[in-house]
Amino acid sequence: MAQETPDRVSKKFLYVNCKAPHGTIYALESLEVVLIGAAFEQDVSLAFVGDGVYQLTKGQDTKGIEMKNFSPTFRALEDYDVTKLYVEQEALQARGLTEADLVVPVEVVSAQRMAEIMESQDVILSF
Amino acid sequence: MLHTVNKSPFDHNTFETCLKFARQGSAVLLIEDGVYAAAADTAVSKRVQEALKSVSIYALKPDVEARGMQNRVMDGVRLVDYGGFVDLVVEHNAVQSWL
Repeated sequence: MAQETPDRVSKKFLYVNCKAPHGTIYALESLEVVLIGAAFEQDVSLAFVGDGVYQLTKGQDTKGIEMKNFSPTFRALEDYDVTKLYVEQEALQARGLTEADLVVPVEVVSAQRMAEIMESQDVILSF
Repeated sequence: MLHTVNKSPFDHNTFETCLKFARQGSAVLLIEDGVYAAAADTAVSKRVQEALKSVSIYALKPDVEARGMQNRVMDGVRLVDYGGFVDLVVEHNAVQSWL
């Protein structure tokens, strides 16, 4: 009897980014985990809330603090089929930022819409 | 006295606490994620402008540049390099690091 191959398990993963990029290691670690998850062909979304929106700002130049500038890596996510990037509208506004200040195209959403996106996930990892 | 603040004003209240205790003529140096307080047109920029009337506010340039804020620093906030950081420490009698 031929054994049926089970469908590859694919879950909806949401990575929630809450912290600014260089003051702590959270942002860089999150990005590393996102890239690993994407390699396993999971359905990956990224959310940027609060200070997390700072991870995406253009013009980051880390030479002076001798740390890795990982902001260009967000532009490579598309190659891993990670294209769902959600950014909290209020967080941008409070920080004087607009979508034009960010390194990648994103979907700017209200807190309410962000809550719906969170509700629709199987797994949420928060950084 | 020199005060240093290393946390984002949107994520922690240390910047606000610092301003509460910084007396007239004190210096406040923003470092690490603290430099976000130096950006213009934010939810805290009015508070910073108000503070500039009584204290000097500096931001560490390498930290500002690392965060892409170099074109957003508000008027009145002075940028210093690491040497300038040392100068500020030497010029003041004591340093209060708000963590």
